[in-house]
Amino acid sequence: MSANNAHPADHPWPYRIVAELGQSIIDVLRGLGKITLFAGRFFYWVGRPPYRIRLVFDQLFFIGNKSVFIIVLSGSFTGMVMAYQTYFGFKLINVDTLVGPVVAISLAKELAPVLTGLIVAGRAGSAMAAQIGTMKVTEQVDALEVMGINSLQYLAAPRILAGTLALPLLSIIFLFVGSVGAYIIGTKALMIDEAIFYSKLGEFMYLEDMLQGVIKAFFFGFVVSTIGTYFGFEVTEGAEGVGRGTNQAVVWGMIFVLVLDYFLTSFLIRIL
Amino acid sequence: MPEDIIIQFQNVTKKFGEHVILSNLNFEIYKNKITTILGFSGAGKSTLLKIILGLVHPTEGAVYVLGQDLSKLGDFPLREFRRNFGMVFQYAALFDSMTAYQNVEFPLKEFTNLRPSERDHKVRHLLTSVGIDDFGMKKLPSELSGGMRKRVGLARALALSPAIMLYDEPTTGLDPITSKMVNDLIVETAEAHKDRGLTSVIISHDIKATLKISDFIAFLDRGRIVEYLPAKDFVNSNHPLVQEFVHL
Ligand SMILES: Nc1ncnc2c1ncn2[C@@H]1O[C@H](COP(=O)(O)OP(=O)(O)O)[C@@H](O)[C@H]1O
Ligand SMILES: [Mg+2]
Repeated sequence: MSANNAHPADHPWPYRIVAELGQSIIDVLRGLGKITLFAGRFFYWVGRPPYRIRLVFDQLFFIGNKSVFIIVLSGSFTGMVMAYQTYFGFKLINVDTLVGPVVAISLAKELAPVLTGLIVAGRAGSAMAAQIGTMKVTEQVDALEVMGINSLQYLAAPRILAGTLALPLLSIIFLFVGSVGAYIIGTKALMIDEAIFYSKLGEFMYLEDMLQGVIKAFFFGFVVSTIGTYFGFEVTEGAEGVGRGTNQAVVWGMIFVLVLDYFLTSFLIRIL
Repeated sequence: MPEDIIIQFQNVTKKFGEHVILSNLNFEIYKNKITTILGFSGAGKSTLLKIILGLVHPTEGAVYVLGQDLSKLGDFPLREFRRNFGMVFQYAALFDSMTAYQNVEFPLKEFTNLRPSERDHKVRHLLTSVGIDDFGMKKLPSELSGGMRKRVGLARALALSPAIMLYDEPTTGLDPITSKMVNDLIVETAEAHKDRGLTSVIISHDIKATLKISDFIAFLDRGRIVEYLPAKDFVNSNHPLVQEFVHL
């Protein structure tokens, strides 16, 4: 019994490792629980008046502004590099005419929503955490509450709504410029015949592929902006706290996108 | 609750976990007076203010504001009830994405049905009365000095004509001249709204200014009100802590 009463630091190291591992698991689970409650409060408040539609549009423009340029840049290069990589593989077995549909399908189902999700987590999710965190430490959130305004409804709801709407749109932009990039590389650099490129694309690419990506992007948008705003509200003290909150919003936003992608894929493959 | 009492604490205890912040407070704040709550930092002053606002709920006891037991109000009525308060924050807490004008306009836009021209008139009147001109109105908080921000914060707090003004450390962190300006503004505000009735509650550790501008002074130490006197009698208190504070 004496070992149990000793200070944890005095335990032998194997115990400490187990204890620390256990503690971090508990911390992560507790965090997950709190984010879930936060999301629940979002659903409770978003349906209640006053509806501030203008704030949603402001946030849509903000997210678009932050991300469109990077989306276009990463989308086009991703499409181009994918065209190269698949081409050299497919050439070996003489199916290089399939580069178009393979790249477009990979973009539509996976790369566009996931990379867009990661980019939005890094750009907009972090900005949401920073804005709300700053408002928290400078008592602007208290100022809202003192006026009787629900700060979650006023600050989080428009951001989460806008994020949920923006990510599918951005993901479609990613898919579009990525496909254009693949088309340019495929037909101009790798000399795949344009007419064949098109016809194969039409033959193998279905609306379901795009739908799968859009559905994913929709969920990623919700998750990334919920996490961004959550970590903003979690900030309690000082500029340092804002920095930490911003950082956590990005890290957890990205992790959630990747993990959620797996579960969404395994689910959507079955129903689409 | 007698006529002239506006805020009443009944056996109010506040704990955060095991930590007792306020311990069995019994006192009342008088209507249309300026009352200052003095105390060292960490004494529980801000917590007291948040309890008055219903942002923090007491662990035990009850708080009555304007005769209303705050613990009996649900979330929505409590939010509406808060419009009886105007709060001036330590660092003004202006919305940093809005100009001075928009900050003052904000509560009017959210909570009144004024026509745009009436609203504009009201915003300009509020800002002018705290000494912000047309030029200053267009500025963002980041472009205003600390003193100017305080003025805008005061105008915003007054926008919905509250019955009670709360000031959290209004002069902490300001230079002596700006501090004097803010203190004068608090008194002027109380005077200007005397006819409709305005109660001011100030939290401070600036003893000199407190003695000058307050009608009543309460001294909070480790969660207890250890002295509560009209300002003119406060310096003569023989409580050792008050003596120490007065002669700081
Ligand atoms: N939300 C909270 N959770 C835990 N402790 C708190 C909280 N708010 C304040 N405290 C503690 O209560 C004490 C009094 O704080 P506060 O009311 O801010 O004092 P003051 O404004 O007089 O400096 C401090 O020790 C502070 O750490
Ligand atoms: Mg304080």
